[in-house]
Amino acid sequence: MVSDKHARHKSKYTADRMIPGAFDGETVTRRRFMTGTAHTAGAIAAGSFALPALGFALGPIFKSAPHNWETVGTTNSFPNDNYVPVVMTITPGIGEAGKTTVYMRKRNPAIDVDKADQYNQFIAISTRCAHLGCPVRWVDAAERFICPCHGGVYDLLGRRVGGPPVRPLDRFYTRVEGEQVQVGPRYSVNSELDRFSPRDPGEPIDGIGQYLYPSRPSARKL
Amino acid sequence: MPKLPKLPAPPLPHALQAPPPRPGEGNGKVASPLDGPKEAGITVVDWVDERTSLSGGARWLMFRKVPKGTNWFYTLGSATMFAFLSQAVTGVFLAMYYRPDPSGGAYESIRHVTNEVFLGQFVRGMHKWGSSVMVILVFLHMGRTFFFGAYKYPRELNWVIGVVLLILTMVMSFTGYLLPFDQRAYWATIVGVNINGTGPLIGPYLSDFLRAGPEFGATTLSRFYAIHMLLIPGALAALIGAHLYLVAKLGTTAPPWLKAEKSSELREAEA
Repeated sequence: MVSDKHARHKSKYTADRMIPGAFDGETVTRRRFMTGTAHTAGAIAAGSFALPALGFALGPIFKSAPHNWETVGTTNSFPNDNYVPVVMTITPGIGEAGKTTVYMRKRNPAIDVDKADQYNQFIAISTRCAHLGCPVRWVDAAERFICPCHGGVYDLLGRRVGGPPVRPLDRFYTRVEGEQVQVGPRYSVNSELDRFSPRDPGEPIDGIGQYLYPSRPSARKL
Repeated sequence: MPKLPKLPAPPLPHALQAPPPRPGEGNGKVASPLDGPKEAGITVVDWVDERTSLSGGARWLMFRKVPKGTNWFYTLGSATMFAFLSQAVTGVFLAMYYRPDPSGGAYESIRHVTNEVFLGQFVRGMHKWGSSVMVILVFLHMGRTFFFGAYKYPRELNWVIGVVLLILTMVMSFTGYLLPFDQRAYWATIVGVNINGTGPLIGPYLSDFLRAGPEFGATTLSRFYAIHMLLIPGALAALIGAHLYLVAKLGTTAPPWLKAEKSSELREAEA
């Protein structure tokens, strides 16, 4: 009968379960014990190289990039009603691929709507389109930033006025050291031009977007 | 003693005839010194087979029963595999000249391969165009499987493996596109990484992983290169092996327009 077979297995002692070669008071068979130790040893051996290797590959996600301030001109270099393109280095050591163009102008209380503080006496607009990251250019005649890839259009403040972008153009912190204007780390803005930690292009930060596309350890705002 | 003319052999039944000489034995004659070299190929194969039994596996893989109606569409899978092999071979040799150096070296090494290395333009061209050929063949093969209903029981797992192979092929195309490191490669990668980033919640971390940081950086190119030539090809080769194993194990399907033949008893019962 089936129930008899199960009754024999009920006891926790191998001797009671009629297992050949059972020791008195033994609860785990040697076979089971050896299987367990072999699997554990294998898992430790595999984990000891797989986990460090994984951490090595994933490490950059958790490493915060250092903040660099780059001098781009003097306080007289930039008008307050038009943009001046400035080439700055975002990633040092890789030549042209590490450079980007930034559009600079002096803050103008008549047109700028964001709250003034020490970091926006000069406005530095990133040319990285908020759609998928192509380089936008400032078209003076239209007074618009226009993206060549998919037709994103932004106004003088970098707010989206047409095309697929999901938020305004990113900006950079600026500061004035003596007579020198310096450009610092990037930040993203929502449609009210509130500052957020830098998000990648294509990631909206209005409403629920700021939670669906969270701030990353690798890039925080100041 | 003068030689006597040889008599014709009597018409003996087959069982009584002397067996033909076996290789190397010479039926009592001294073995020719050429016999050894003549048999060298067979000897080597036999030596290996005796120790591995590989011939059984090879027969199992190659001499399968195929259903009636098997046609040229059934060659698309093999065609895809040969496209992969072509990519693997040309890729290995391109790696001998390529330098994943973002500050100009990568572009320069590709220019060197294309313009100066003997057959460089040809081998690079095979790799470049072959990648498109492979993607097209993957999709044709997938379409054949879908329209012939060849994904159904018991072949669902092979469909799943095939979809993973499709995704890995796409990853290969994506990571390989950056390597020439010209304007097109750079901006296509920027856009591609940012498309990855638009996935909610994990997207931003995924694009950080791909770039090795928040911006296109010093190790992005070498990261793409390592993924392109080490990580994904290994996974691709292993999964192609599993894919082929399941094809050999489960057999192929008949095309859907072929009606199953009724057994003779059923036919008689209906008549």
